[in-house]
Amino acid sequence: MSEFKQTFNSSLGKKLIMALTGLFLCTFLIVHLGGNLLLFSKDNGFGFNVYANFLTHFPPIEVVAYILYLAILVHALYAIILTIKNRKARPVGYAVQAKSDATWSSKNMGLLGSILFVFLVIHMGDFWFKYKYTNEVNFKEYRTDLATGQTTESTYTPAAADFSHSVSTENNVEIVRVKDLHARVVKTFSNIWYVLIYVIAMGALSFHLLHGFQSAFRTAGWVHRKYTPIVYGIGCWVFAVIIPLGFAAMPVYYYFVNRG
Amino acid sequence: MSLDAKIPQGPLAEKWSKHKFDLKLVNPANKRKYDIIIVGTGLAGASAAASLAELGYNVKSFCFQDSPRRAHSIAAQGGINAAKNYQNDGDSVYRLFYDTIKGGDYRAREGNVYRLAEVSVNIIDQCVAQGVPFAREYGGLLDNRSFGGSQVSRTFYARGQTGQQLLLGAYSALNRQIHAGKVKVYTRTEMLDVVTIDGHAKGIVTRNMITGAIETHAGHAVLLCTGGYSNVFYLSTNAIGSNVTAAWRAHKRGAFFSNPCYTQIHPTCIPVTGDHQSKLTLMSESLRNDGRVWAPKTVAIAEQLRKGAIKANEVKEDDRDYFLERKYPAFGNLVPRDVASRNAKEMVEDGRGVGGSGFAVFLDFADAIKRLGEDTVRAKYGNLFDMYIQITDENPYKQPMRIYPAVHYTMGGLWVDYNLSTNVPGLYALGECNFSDHGANRLGASALMQGLSDGYFVIPYTLGDYLAKIGPKPVDTKHPAFEKTKQDVVDHVNKLLALNGTKTAEAYHRDLGHIMWEYCGMARTEEGLKKAKGLIQALKADFWKNAKVVGENEEVNASLERAGRVADFIELGELMVDDALMRRESCGGHFRVESQTEDGEAKRDDENFAFVAAWEFRGENQPEVLHKEELVFESVHLSQRNYA
Amino acid sequence: MSNGNMNLTLKVWRQKNAQTAGKFVTYKAENISPDMSFLEMLDVVNESLTLKGDEPINFDHDCREGICGMCSLYINGHPHGPKRGITTCQLHMRTFHDGETITIEPWRAAAFPIVKDLAVDRAAFDRIQQAGGYVSVNTGGVPDGNAIAIPKVIADEAFNSATCIGCGACVAACKNASAMLFVSAKITQLGLLPQGQPERYRRAQSMVAQMDEEGFGNCTNTGACEAECPKEIKLTNIARMNNDYLSAKLFREEEIHEEQHG
Repeated sequence: MSEFKQTFNSSLGKKLIMALTGLFLCTFLIVHLGGNLLLFSKDNGFGFNVYANFLTHFPPIEVVAYILYLAILVHALYAIILTIKNRKARPVGYAVQAKSDATWSSKNMGLLGSILFVFLVIHMGDFWFKYKYTNEVNFKEYRTDLATGQTTESTYTPAAADFSHSVSTENNVEIVRVKDLHARVVKTFSNIWYVLIYVIAMGALSFHLLHGFQSAFRTAGWVHRKYTPIVYGIGCWVFAVIIPLGFAAMPVYYYFVNRG
Repeated sequence: MSLDAKIPQGPLAEKWSKHKFDLKLVNPANKRKYDIIIVGTGLAGASAAASLAELGYNVKSFCFQDSPRRAHSIAAQGGINAAKNYQNDGDSVYRLFYDTIKGGDYRAREGNVYRLAEVSVNIIDQCVAQGVPFAREYGGLLDNRSFGGSQVSRTFYARGQTGQQLLLGAYSALNRQIHAGKVKVYTRTEMLDVVTIDGHAKGIVTRNMITGAIETHAGHAVLLCTGGYSNVFYLSTNAIGSNVTAAWRAHKRGAFFSNPCYTQIHPTCIPVTGDHQSKLTLMSESLRNDGRVWAPKTVAIAEQLRKGAIKANEVKEDDRDYFLERKYPAFGNLVPRDVASRNAKEMVEDGRGVGGSGFAVFLDFADAIKRLGEDTVRAKYGNLFDMYIQITDENPYKQPMRIYPAVHYTMGGLWVDYNLSTNVPGLYALGECNFSDHGANRLGASALMQGLSDGYFVIPYTLGDYLAKIGPKPVDTKHPAFEKTKQDVVDHVNKLLALNGTKTAEAYHRDLGHIMWEYCGMARTEEGLKKAKGLIQALKADFWKNAKVVGENEEVNASLERAGRVADFIELGELMVDDALMRRESCGGHFRVESQTEDGEAKRDDENFAFVAAWEFRGENQPEVLHKEELVFESVHLSQRNYA
Repeated sequence: MSNGNMNLTLKVWRQKNAQTAGKFVTYKAENISPDMSFLEMLDVVNESLTLKGDEPINFDHDCREGICGMCSLYINGHPHGPKRGITTCQLHMRTFHDGETITIEPWRAAAFPIVKDLAVDRAAFDRIQQAGGYVSVNTGGVPDGNAIAIPKVIADEAFNSATCIGCGACVAACKNASAMLFVSAKITQLGLLPQGQPERYRRAQSMVAQMDEEGFGNCTNTGACEAECPKEIKLTNIARMNNDYLSAKLFREEEIHEEQHG
C-alpha cells in the first residue's frame, strides 16, 4: 500500500478529507453569498443575471465549480463511510442515554448533512440544472444608456437555439442579452413551500457549520491556545450566523417584499 | 538450617560494587535460552520484567488485573526518595541510608539499605528518561519536597500521583518489550502455586480467571513481585484485589516468611463510616505540614460532638487538646507515622474520639487558612480536600477534617538474601513482597524507591549469577512435579467450590479484619494476641465448614477468587499473631504494650530482638518454626528513636 | 426511610460470557446508606445474591480510590455515573434518591468485548500502548535527571495528559466508540517532552495504526469524552495527535521502518 493510500485509509486520514472538503465548501459559501447579495439590488435582476452568466461561462470558474461538486460528493461519501465504521464500532447500543455535554449539532452532523444534501439536490435542480440544461429559463435584454446610466429591459427570444449570451454597444447604448435567472428566482420564491425548505435548510447549515468549521480545524490538528478562540468566533458568527442568515433572507425577502 | 543473607564483605560503601563484580554473568547469546517467570506487574514486577527482557531473557509476566497498568503501585501518592542532593541541603547516599535504617527502627540490614540509597539516584534518571512528568521548577529542573522522617528535601514527586506516573513509566518499558516479543504477558491470571524440582523453583501454576483453566508455566527462575498483605486487616488502603496468595503459597512450598507482624498504619486516612465500608482512603501525609491534630479535652465534649449536638468549630480553644504538639513539642504534628497513629488510637480509647462512630480525631486547617489564606491552602492541598469532600460530603475549608489511622503497608514479607533470593533457590521476591529494606517501619516515599530499585537495578545483576550457575538447560512442564502441583491446585479449588454453607468469604474476611485490627493492630499485648490466635483458629475451622462459594470453576468466578484469598489471609493472620507474640519488644510499626518507656513510647530490646524472624512452614495446622537471622550493625549506632 | 437509607431498583445487564446473549435483570437494593460508594452498594447486593446461591453480579474494580482505572459501569446513561471528574468507585450513593431506578450497563464497544456481566475486555488499550506508547530507553545508561531542563508549563501539560487511567470511559461516552482521547493522551504526553521527541512521529503512526486495527470508531469532536473523562483529559490532546500523525504522514521525509520481530 502506498504511503498516501495508507494515510487516507486511516481513520485520521479519512477525517482529514472530511475536514479539508468541508473547509473548501465553507470558502465557497462566502463567494456564493457575496454574489447572491446582488439579488437585493433593485435592478430587475440585471446585476444578478450578468453574474450568473459570468459564473457559467468563465472557464476557470467552471473548473472550480467541478472541483466544488466533487468536494460535495467526496464529503458526503466519506461521511457515509465513516458513519458505517462508527456504527460498527458500537454494535450494541445503550438502553439509557443521558443528556450529554456534547452539543446537539456535534452529535447530529449526519442528519444535518443529509438535510443539506437533499436541499442541494433541490436547489441545484431548480437553478443550476434548469439554467444550464433546459430551456425553461428565458432570456432578457438589458439596454443601458451609457450617457444617462438608465437601464431598460425586455424579454428577448434568441434566434439561434444555441444562443447563450451577448454584449454589444449600439449608439451609446449597451445591450446585454442573458438568461433571466432572476425571473426563476422570483418564481421559485413566490412559493411558500420553497421558502420554507430554504429557511429550514439554512437552519441546518447553521448548526452544521457551528460544529463543522471549528471541528475541521481540530481534525487537521490546528489548535492553538491563542488562535483557536478566533476560529471558534469565526465559526460561530460568520459561518453559523451571518452566512445562513444571509442566504435565508433571500427567499424571505422575495416572498414578502420583492414579488417581481 | 542457617540463614545466610550473603551480605558482601568489605566497607559498607563498597559492598554493592564489589558484589556486582563478583557475580557471575550470563553470556549475551545465552540469555535468550532462559525463561523467567515474573508474577505481578507493579513497580517491582514491571521494572524487573522490562529490564530482564532488555537484557535478552524471555519473560513471562502475570497479573490478576485486566492490564499490567492496574497494579496497586499506581495508587501511591506522595513521592519517591533519592539521594540526589539537588537542593544542596546536605543530602548524601549515607544520609538516606542512615535515615532509612533509623526510620526502620534498626530492624533492617545495613547492606541492603545502603544499596537502596545508592541506586536511588539511578531510579530518578531512569524514570525521567522514560518520560515520567516529575514536578519541575520554573527553571526547568526537578523539584523536591520534604517528607516525614528526614531533615532534607529529597522527595521527587508528580503532583499527588507519583506512584501512577512511575508505574506508567515502568508499564511503558514493559510494553516496549512486549512489542519486541521478549515479554509475554498473561492478564487476568492468578498464580496459585509454585512448582519446585529438586528444591529449586521451576515454574508456577495459574488459574485463568476468565476460563478457569488451571495451567502450568515453566521457567529457570520465578520472581514474586506480588505486593503486600495489608488486606489481612480487611480494611486497608490497598486495592480490593491485593492479596497474599502468591507469597503464601510460596511460603507453603518452603519459602520463609519474615517479620509478618511489621505492618504500617498510616495516620491520615478518612475514617470508617459503617460496616458497608470496603476500603479506606489515605490522604497524603503532607497534610500534617499545615494541619493541626486535636481531640476534645473531655469525654463530655466528645460525646456531644459524636451526637452532633455541637460542631467542631464550636469547641473552644481551651477545650481542645492538640495532643501531638503537647507531647512532642519538637516535632509536633510531624512525628513519624507510627507515633501519630498510636496517639490517635489512644484518644479514641480514652473516649475522646469524634465523628459518628467515635473512631476519629480532628485535623484542623483553620489556623493555616488564617495564616496563609484559603487560596494558598487550596493550591497546596486542593486535590486532597476535594477527595475528602467527595467521600465525606463535608467541607474541610469550613470544618476540621476527621482522620483516623489505617493499615497502609506491610514491611514484612518473604525472606530474601542480599540477592533478593528466597531460601528456595530460583525463587525471588521483589518490592513489598519481600521483607528486606524497611525494617520495622517504612519511611514515606521509600516504597516506590525500593520497588524500582529491586526491579531495575538489583535483580538484573543478581539473577544472572543464579542463572549462570544452573545453566540454560530447558525446563519442561512435562516434568511430573508440574502435574503433581497442578493437581494440588485443582484439589484446592474443588475444595473451595464444595463449600456450601451460610456465610460469604467476604464476611469471613471482615471478621478476620476485626480480629487483626483489634489485637494485632496499632498496639499489641500478650493477652490480646493469645486471644486472637484462638479466634483465628476458630475462624479458620468455621470457614472450611460454613463458608459459601457459588458458581463453577470454568467461568469468571469472583466468589471463588475471593474465597481462595481469604483462606490464605486467615492462615497468614495466625502467623502474624505468632510473630507479634514472639517479638516481646516494641519497634517501628510493632508496638507491644508491655515494652514501652516511661513516657509511653516504643521501647526496643536490641539485646534479644535485633534479628530478622524467618518462619518456616511445616505442614497444615502445624506450628511454624522460627529461624533467626541476626542483624549486624557495623556502621550505625543503635539509639532509641526520640521525636520529642 | 427514617435513618436516611434508601431502597433502590437496579436494572443490571447480565451476560454469562462473550459468546452468550445477555439481558437486563432487575434487583432490589435495600437499606442502602448514602455514605456507601456505588461499588459498595453492589457488594451488598452481591452478598445477598451469593447467600441465595445465585451468582453475584460481575464487575471490574480494584483500587476503589479512582486511580487504577479498573472500574467501569455505564450508570443511568453516563460512564462512571452522573457526577463529573470521578470514577464509579468514587461515586457515592448520596448522589441518588430513595426509590430511584438505576440502570447499569457495561461499556459498549466492538473493541471491548464483554467478559461477564458488566466487565469488558480492554486489552485493545494495552495493545495500542504496546505499539508505541513509550520512549525506547533501556535500563541504565541514561543521562542525569537534570541534564535536560524542561519548562514547568510543558512538564505540567505533559502531566495533565499522563493522568489518563485507561478506564475506557472516553470510548464508552463517544457516540462513535472512538478511542482517540485515550490514544492522544499518551501521544501528547510523550510528544510534549524532550525525551519523547526522537520517536514522536513514529509513535503517532504506530499507535494510530493499532487503534484503527482494533475497530474503534472515529472522532467527530463532540467532546463527550472530555465531559465524561474521570481525569478530565482535554479534547486538545486529540488535535495534537492529529497534528503529529498528519505531519508524519504528509510532510516528514524520513522513511518509517517498522522493526521486524521474529
